Amino acid sequence: MKFLAARRRNPLVAIGLLLFALIAVGGGYAAIANVQPAQASVGSQTQVEEGKRLYLAGCSSCHGMEAQGTETGPTLIGVGAAAVNFQVATGRMPLAAPGAQAVPKDPTYTEEQIAALAAYVASLAPGPAIPTAEDLDFSDADVAQGGVLFRTNCAQCHQAAGQGGALTQGKYAPNLMGSTPQQIWEAMATGPQSMPVFSTATLPAGDKQAIMAYITNLQTASSPGGLDLGRLGPVTEGLFLFTAVFAALIAAAIWIGMKAR
Amino acid sequence: MTTTSPVEKAGASTATYVDQRLGSNKFLSRNLGKVFPDHWSFMLGEIALYSFIVVLLTGVYLTLFFKPSMVEVVYNGSYVPLKGIEMSEAYASTLNISFDVRGGMLIRQMHHWAALIFVASMSVHMFRVFFTGAFRKPREFNWIIGVVLVTLGLGAGFTGYSLPDDLLSGTGLQIIRGIVQSIPVIGTWGAFLLFGGEFPGTDIIPRLYSLHILVIPGLILAMVTLHLMMVFTQKHTQFPGPGRTNDNVVGYPLMPVYMAKAGGFFFIVFGIIALIGGLVTINPIWIFGPFTPDQVSAGSQPDWYIGFLEGALRMMPNWETNLAGFTLSWNILIPAVIMPGILFTALGAYPFIEAWVTGDKREHHLLDRPRNAPTRTGLGVMSISFYLLLFVGGGNDIIADAFDLSINGITWFLRIALFVIPPLMFVFTRRICLGLQRRDRDKLLHGYETGRVLRLPHGEFIEAHEPLSIKDMAVITSKTDIAPLPVPPKADIDGVKNKQFRKQNLRSKLSHFFYGENIPLPSAAEIEAGQAHVAHDAALEAPLASYEDADELRQFHGGVLHHPGMPETNAEQLADRKE
Ligand code: HEC
Ligand code: HEC
Ligand code: HEM
Repeated sequence: MKFLAARRRNPLVAIGLLLFALIAVGGGYAAIANVQPAQASVGSQTQVEEGKRLYLAGCSSCHGMEAQGTETGPTLIGVGAAAVNFQVATGRMPLAAPGAQAVPKDPTYTEEQIAALAAYVASLAPGPAIPTAEDLDFSDADVAQGGVLFRTNCAQCHQAAGQGGALTQGKYAPNLMGSTPQQIWEAMATGPQSMPVFSTATLPAGDKQAIMAYITNLQTASSPGGLDLGRLGPVTEGLFLFTAVFAALIAAAIWIGMKAR
Repeated sequence: MTTTSPVEKAGASTATYVDQRLGSNKFLSRNLGKVFPDHWSFMLGEIALYSFIVVLLTGVYLTLFFKPSMVEVVYNGSYVPLKGIEMSEAYASTLNISFDVRGGMLIRQMHHWAALIFVASMSVHMFRVFFTGAFRKPREFNWIIGVVLVTLGLGAGFTGYSLPDDLLSGTGLQIIRGIVQSIPVIGTWGAFLLFGGEFPGTDIIPRLYSLHILVIPGLILAMVTLHLMMVFTQKHTQFPGPGRTNDNVVGYPLMPVYMAKAGGFFFIVFGIIALIGGLVTINPIWIFGPFTPDQVSAGSQPDWYIGFLEGALRMMPNWETNLAGFTLSWNILIPAVIMPGILFTALGAYPFIEAWVTGDKREHHLLDRPRNAPTRTGLGVMSISFYLLLFVGGGNDIIADAFDLSINGITWFLRIALFVIPPLMFVFTRRICLGLQRRDRDKLLHGYETGRVLRLPHGEFIEAHEPLSIKDMAVITSKTDIAPLPVPPKADIDGVKNKQFRKQNLRSKLSHFFYGENIPLPSAAEIEAGQAHVAHDAALEAPLASYEDADELRQFHGGVLHHPGMPETNAEQLADRKE
């Protein structure tokens, strides 16, 4: 044992171990990743050509002529149709102004144009596809299970009630109260900006549907306790306490304290 | 006239029966005639009392259904989005109270809102006592009881917040564990003791429960009783005003006026709490979900009264030192243990510190106007601004999100502001107080400025001034000017060295700091001359004169007086006075 203990301190051994760990993790990941079917729904040839035309006109200045990426925008090779649809349909792309993160706005492109752009980017390399109607059907999903998954995977950024939250350096996780099932799926599948990718390996389709069911429930459920104060918890409760409740109490005190004439 | 009804007879004989056994008549006649002064700010303590009563009543109802147990169960109640989920019995029973117990949601929300109001009203009540100097001799002990009550209130609130075992309470407990662990030497052991093993374990909620429903409310009840008894025997302080001195109490008798007012106010407080309990959500635990150590929600916050500690923790840079194998976590120790320790100790000790610095040994039953104690008022505003900045820090993520700011930017701003803004607030407040004192002095010397310009018969323009009313005169002249303690001699006349010099000198310096800047009241003669002059001006503007205060004021300086809103002409006044 003494021999082993001595060897363990050797720097070469440490490097060897590190290499081994890297290869194990990387290899393992590659193995899992390869199991997934390539999710590329390559569109028709005309659609791809139309997409390429739009891309060169509107996106290539930042993402490069071959979508290889430039100083001002990342590569789009392999991001998949889902990423394009998410970014362009929510108006994040084309990027309006540099900032902490791309801000949603009214989409610049029509649905057909977005589909064409997506088809073009998907034709470059396989990546997460736009979800099918079947993917988005969460009618059989377990809302309660979705709640558990949401609190485990999403609440640390999006807040337990999906009201959004601040991240570091002015970045933020948006409020999810207006997100459509398709956006929710695509956000999970592509991991926009600081959001991690939730691949099929980490969250299978059934789990994604459960999460969609839970978020939809959060969006539509009435508030059983009355006025919900933005569901932000103690901060807005405290604000309400001091602005409304305490003001009423003090007003009552002043009224009672007034001299009876 | 003298026929007594059977009911009255029965009443009288019952009263006699009770009196013969308790001697209560003497007690009642002695105490029910007791006089209480009236001012809205004296009701803040009452809000605290009444909200505490609501907390007690609703709390008892909650105990009938709440299960303080961390045994895992599968939820099967009527809230669908949590059906079939594993959770502790504590959380499940809170869900049941909310969704399946009749009136449970209302009572739970009333309990929580009332708890927030309880702590809030205690704090504001404390501010009132501080800024008016009501803590001075002989009421120092009652001030200390108040500080203990606030501390107990925080304890009650925190233990209650932790009971439902939802994601927020668990997050709070995790922070508490970190704080206990940060205490040098005994930390790790202490955390084990508190939680009965590893976090979260199965003991903590039952333990918090007995603290929350037995120990802390019991202590609060005892302290509140003591507090009120002391108010009763020492009599309430009063604001200065005509006829009010340090030796009398001007107000309403306890029975029936004060009792009617207080009773009515109780129902108003109760009503407001019931209203918001029924209409406004508080602590929607069903959204936060059951606590599991691997989950956390963005925007996790404690209730408002713990916010300043949360803020301190968030502001603190990440400092740690390694000492002989032990890690000293300054990043937790300073904001969560040392800072509040200093804060509360200073709070409790303040009356004694001020009395020592000022050398003031008199009894005070007449309140200070905050402007007349500029240093104290400045210190108070300084401390409140410090507290508020920490409080803002506790919500830095929500603020960043709501106003599109960078969370790191807010943190850095607050780190600097915490040391810059409170001293500035001290300086500004003291300035403002002195400015107000100066204005009071002007009023004594020149009366009120009315803003009306008069043209005198010979063509001169003057601004009309009005004399002070009796009330304002009494309020303004209630100020006492006190000279700071003199600089002590280094040695006495025989050349014997003054051994106490350093202490006395420090005290004199602090006393100068406390009293040094002051706008002294004019002398009685100056006031009289000033008011007479004003009255002369006013006479030019006649025929206006006060009739309520006229006689007294005329004696005061022989002038002719007038008042806004009073009878306009001499004829009217004469008619008035004849009645
Ligand atoms: C002004 C420069 C600019 C323009 C124009 C622009 N983008 Fe982007 N795009 C960016 C930047 C920068 C990012 C990276 C955003 C980030 O991570 O904050 C990005 C990210 C993306 C992503 C996400 C990549 C990923 O890894 O998930 C997609 C998809 C995308 N852009 C598509 C488009 C499309 C399609 C267009 C044209 C309609 C377009 N962009 C136009 C700058 C631009
Ligand atoms: C590390 C923090 C983080 C986590 C964890 C995270 N997100 Fe996000 N999410 C973000 C950020 C940041 C954005 C904004 C991206 C952007 O603006 O492009 C975002 C965007 C989204 C959007 C798009 C919202 C919109 O405005 O259209 C959805 C939907 C979403 N996330 C869902 C989820 C779900 C579901 C999960 C859990 C499975 C999750 N997120 C986990 C950070 C996170
Ligand atoms: C002394 C002042 C008290 C304060 C400040 C206080 C505060 C709180 C708070 C903040 C909660 C969290 C509840 C929620 O989120 O709904 C709570 C829960 C609870 N309190 Fe109190 N409380 C006090 C006294 C009492 C008393 C006297 C009782 C019982 C006799 C009581 C019984 C309970 C019970 C059973 C719960 C847990 C049930 C639940 O969360 O619904 N409390 N308390």
